[in-house]
Amino acid sequence: MTDIKKEIETQEILVNMGPQHPSTHGVFRMVLSIDGELITDLTAHIGYLHRGAEKLCETMDYRQGIGFMDRTEYLANFNAELSYVMAVEKLMNMEIPERAQWIRMILVELNRLSSHFMFVGAFGVDCGVFGTPFLYSFRERERLIDLFEEITGDRMMYAFFRAGGLAWDVPVNFESRVEEVLLSSEQGIKDMDGLLTQNEIFLARTKQIGKIDAIDAIDWGMSGPSLRASGVDYDIRKAEPYLFYDQIDFDVITGKNGDVFDRYFVRLQEMRESIKIIKQCLKHLNPGKTLAEGASRNLRTPPGEVYIRTEAPRGEYGIYLVSNGENRPYRLKIRSAGFSNLQALKDMVVGSYIADAVVILGSIDIVLGEVDR
Amino acid sequence: MLINLLVVNPFLDNLLKVLSLVGLMTISAMSLIYLERKIAARFHMRLGPTRTGPAGLLQSVADALKLLGKEDIRPKSADPWSFELAPYFVFIPAFMMLVTVPFTLLLNVQMFTLGLLYLIAISSVSIVGWVMAGWGSDNRYALIGALRAAAQGISYELPLVLAVLCIAMLSQSLNLNVIIESQSTLPNILFQPFPLFLFFTAALAEMNRSPFDIPVGESEVVGGPFVEYSGIRWSMFFLAEYTTLLVMSILIVALFLGGWAWPFGENLGTFWQIMLTLLKTSFVIFIIFWTRVSIPRMRIDQLMNFCWKVLIPLAFLQIFFNGFILVLELPKILLSISSIGLLALLVVIVNKSIQNLNKEIVS
Repeated sequence: MTDIKKEIETQEILVNMGPQHPSTHGVFRMVLSIDGELITDLTAHIGYLHRGAEKLCETMDYRQGIGFMDRTEYLANFNAELSYVMAVEKLMNMEIPERAQWIRMILVELNRLSSHFMFVGAFGVDCGVFGTPFLYSFRERERLIDLFEEITGDRMMYAFFRAGGLAWDVPVNFESRVEEVLLSSEQGIKDMDGLLTQNEIFLARTKQIGKIDAIDAIDWGMSGPSLRASGVDYDIRKAEPYLFYDQIDFDVITGKNGDVFDRYFVRLQEMRESIKIIKQCLKHLNPGKTLAEGASRNLRTPPGEVYIRTEAPRGEYGIYLVSNGENRPYRLKIRSAGFSNLQALKDMVVGSYIADAVVILGSIDIVLGEVDR
Repeated sequence: MLINLLVVNPFLDNLLKVLSLVGLMTISAMSLIYLERKIAARFHMRLGPTRTGPAGLLQSVADALKLLGKEDIRPKSADPWSFELAPYFVFIPAFMMLVTVPFTLLLNVQMFTLGLLYLIAISSVSIVGWVMAGWGSDNRYALIGALRAAAQGISYELPLVLAVLCIAMLSQSLNLNVIIESQSTLPNILFQPFPLFLFFTAALAEMNRSPFDIPVGESEVVGGPFVEYSGIRWSMFFLAEYTTLLVMSILIVALFLGGWAWPFGENLGTFWQIMLTLLKTSFVIFIIFWTRVSIPRMRIDQLMNFCWKVLIPLAFLQIFFNGFILVLELPKILLSISSIGLLALLVVIVNKSIQNLNKEIVS
């Protein structure tokens, strides 16, 4: 009786979560050391979706690179394209027609909406609701994607932005369609509030879980809603306005505690802000050209380097572009928000329960295409 | 009735009854799976199965055929004995539970004097099967799932038994038919709403259904103890799950909603009694499906805290009140008042704990 401890050894076991696991949001793998239900250590393995997008972009001209941006950040394609075309435009020193800029803003914000809808739905599944928030949010996302399809002809891989403007002008009923979609999106956000935000079990599952304070979050290089949830008032749209964000009135949503609930709630509120932004943008939409004069199809940029960053749904999506005067990039580096945000995962997860690991990973909202590139 | 005509040879009679239970089990499980898919689909604003048969009615049949045709795989490193035997340990108790289920006054296989005790005892045997499945699979998800199932199953056995005890005190019997007959004028839900909640919660936990589907949590342990099972063995777990769902729902109906007796008394024909039982049972099952599609899964520590720190103390309070009121022969309305009071207390406790989460946030 006295030597029970010696006789029965307890041992931490390793649990391999992923790459084939329903809630790792793609092919992400984390190796958890668990002591009972508590997680004592975590090793994250990324790279399963590495397709060498950066290197591939160096082998093809600027026009073809746009398609690759779509394929890295496949939930917020317009945002990814925007960074890329803005980088090329900056190298070329192009003047972009006003109409094209406004349409870009509308599309980018609509894409933020659709990306966040995807997040909320998937997050509901991570928390263990049997599909209801998922399907409700997907219904809204579907409407947004239908709209994108009407505009660009594709549901996901739009390749609609061009260096110098847009591939073509939006359809004539664009404004009425956007308003229609916004109306349903507003209802969709309310539905999410009802399904998740006000649910006691959801609150118990998400509050005080996976906390990260502002200093740590900044040190890890986090950005976007995940950073703002920790209370850092930093949004590139406000800090370094691009497009016409300086003419638009919107708030930067911040959380207080940097826990899972805040990361969820900041995104939900951000969707409301996006709707606000789009409504203002629609007022500025005047007829005009959508492609700059002299924007040839096969661009040849002057030598130089440029770094452009924009606020994508997941945070800072930056493009570092070096040109040596050819019609393709000499070097292209994508700074993806997901990659940096994911680094903080270990800090958040260690010490919590197995069930929390899934929820925390969900709250960072990674897109593996963007993390691995 | 056909069943009464068959009383020729006691052995043959019982054999037929048991065989008809097997049929009932398969048919009810298949129809419940179909219904769950359809109901969940309605909640999700989807259509659910539509292609197999009219309105997808044959979907479960197609699924069953598919499962029968699948290869029965046993992982190389699995423990052969516990892996192969586990489905039976889950399946047989579920089957045995059906024996004493009160469909009507006459229609049941065997009505035991201590039927309620029997049901509760048998229902907890399946946990052994779960642990065997999890241990034998030699899979870490399965192991975690099995340990969760054991912890959860054993913990929630207590509120379940305590809720049953409240009812047994009220009707002075453990025979299900006596309990139902005692409710022919007023169902127990009026006197004991808190034990109903207790029983409902504990039954959900026993059946590992949402929000207590922690052992099988798809998004965490990918199906828990059943990860490695395939084909017919896996479908036995599934069959057991839905049979338990049916039995637990009938039990809720029998204990709290007056079974076949309320509101029309005992003199209703067997057919209408069956209809009444089925109607009430369907209602309970619908609520269980509804819960599944609308609320998130709890975490294992929250589940345990909820059981040991909230449900069990309150259950003991209810038993104390019941004993006090029944022994002193005070008016029955006091039972309702005490029970509703406890329900209110529960709501206050849950609200308070959610608020505490917010308070930590501010500090």
